[in-house]
Amino acid sequence: MKAYLTRRYRFSASHRLHSDAMSDTENAATYGKCNNPHGHGHNYTVEITVSGPVDEKTGMVCNLVDLDDAVHRQILDRFDLHNLNETAEFAAQVPTTENLCRLIYDILQRAFHHAHLEMIRIEETMLNSFAYAGGEEALR
Amino acid sequence: MVYLTRKAEFSASHYYNNPEFTPEENRRIFGKCNNPHGHGHNYTLEVTVKGNVDPRSGFVVDLKQLKEILTREVLDAMDHRFLNKEVPEFFNRIPTTENLAIAIWQRLAPKLKAAQLHRVRVYETPDLFVDFYGEA
Repeated sequence: MKAYLTRRYRFSASHRLHSDAMSDTENAATYGKCNNPHGHGHNYTVEITVSGPVDEKTGMVCNLVDLDDAVHRQILDRFDLHNLNETAEFAAQVPTTENLCRLIYDILQRAFHHAHLEMIRIEETMLNSFAYAGGEEALR
Repeated sequence: MVYLTRKAEFSASHYYNNPEFTPEENRRIFGKCNNPHGHGHNYTLEVTVKGNVDPRSGFVVDLKQLKEILTREVLDAMDHRFLNKEVPEFFNRIPTTENLAIAIWQRLAPKLKAAQLHRVRVYETPDLFVDFYGEA
């Protein structure tokens, strides 16, 4: 029996949307307020969905302790209360939430092997959310 | 095809224990959830059905009937119960959120006539939920 388990986590970080590939005028036109050189912050909610057969012995897709541990070590410790632009991961890409979704997906796919990583969904604010399922159609 | 989702809430207690494991293994694997006296959650259930819209009624399903089925098959059996001791599916199966979603699917699927069950989602807390789509 295949089931999908979703866990929600939170972190807060600052960022500035600015592309070195654009002129200052283009950056201002493209990113608007988000281009403010001093940056700004969000309380992000990250929803992580994993899937797999429900283990007969434990009744679980995976042990939550393992998932929590991987997410804390690999994602929250890395980004919580950080400036995303200053992290190594965003040295060469704009810290949009689209890119953050792909990055978190790739990090967890490398680091978490107790279940299949299905989808990352990030709420940047209560009004904006982004999802990435490794390039596949998102199951909903 | 239109999808319709109905929510319901119930509160229940449970604990996790596999008699095939030693007490040490049970504590290691299930942690706090292994406390035999149980602990409780306010569960939120989301049931999604799908089907074609009936041209006469404009409904995928009569919501009144869906609500009655949900109440009879799930809420009456599970609300304010100790899942391990009072719900037959969990006499020999661990009442994890995964197994709860599967058990609820198995209770509802045979009772739905007009619409087809699409997804059962069970929130154990607002930050943890399981989806089951009925695949083997």
